[in-house]
Amino acid sequence: MQLSEIIQQLDLKVLTEPQDFSEISVNSGYCSDLLSCVMTGAEPNGVWITLMAHGNIVAVAALLDLAAIIITEDAQPDPDTIEKANEKGINLLSTSVPNFTVVGQLWELGLRATQE
Amino acid sequence: MIPPLIVQTAIENGINLIAITDHNASDNVTAVIKAAEHEDLTVLPGMELQTQEDVHVLCLFDTMDQLDELQTLVNINLPDIKNNIDVFGEQFIVDQSGEFVGRNEQLLITATRLSFEQTFQVVTNLGGLFIPAHVNRQVFGLITHLGFVPPDLAIDALEISRHITPEEARKEFPQINAYRLIQSGDVHFLDDFLGVNQFLIEKPTISELKRAFRDEADRKFSIQSHF
Repeated sequence: MQLSEIIQQLDLKVLTEPQDFSEISVNSGYCSDLLSCVMTGAEPNGVWITLMAHGNIVAVAALLDLAAIIITEDAQPDPDTIEKANEKGINLLSTSVPNFTVVGQLWELGLRATQE
Repeated sequence: MIPPLIVQTAIENGINLIAITDHNASDNVTAVIKAAEHEDLTVLPGMELQTQEDVHVLCLFDTMDQLDELQTLVNINLPDIKNNIDVFGEQFIVDQSGEFVGRNEQLLITATRLSFEQTFQVVTNLGGLFIPAHVNRQVFGLITHLGFVPPDLAIDALEISRHITPEEARKEFPQINAYRLIQSGDVHFLDDFLGVNQFLIEKPTISELKRAFRDEADRKFSIQSHF
């Protein structure tokens, strides 16, 4: 699934520098607010859904080579975090709805937990 | 736990420095300081603050004025919810002899809206000591919630819980290897006192504790194993 489709269908706000999101392929989804779990649970090229906006999320996403982070409930990463994400090429996306809703919407689009 | 018993039990355990760190609260700190006034025990004012990321951090100070400033900030960053005594229990405020003074009505058990970084800055600017609490614990511990110690902060020490040795903690969590570790009892009951942190310092102040963590000018810090 293209990241551009997810952004459009879920009406996500792009916090980092815009790019050609149709070039980015998303293979799976993972949802948790505990970064230690994400480090062992999320998969490369996956999208991670969380309301954690702390700066450490960028390092975790870079470590795992994630396609994007969807930050929920309008949680706002600070400017340093967004800058760091731009440096590392991590896409930060934002929505006002909670984790549950985002996961449901992604499931309906056909995204699943693990890479098939 | 009433103040005179806290003081007495600490002294019986051979401890001469404690900090009072209630959860997001400081109403009972003065009572313990007063209860220890004529004893060979220093009581530092403090708080266990729960950050926005659900990480518990110990904030220690030299004076009540510093702690009061932090408390003011915490109060405006807690959600406007009253404590439910049936669910969470009483939040008593007592005097130095343990007599009932009042209740804190605000729900204290939840997170503040202060981020980990903000809390570090505020505590540091106030001249306090910022120590992430029980970092190895699955719940409310820094490692579970944030994965690793945010690298850009000059954190003096991390606290590990009573259930693990410093060696085991470092082995299990290599991401804490660059930091000094302290170990406290997370004393909720009188039986919980641990007393394993040993400081060689000139006087019991925050700046001396910081110097000990940095091995400055013959100050020393070590953990004596309780296992």
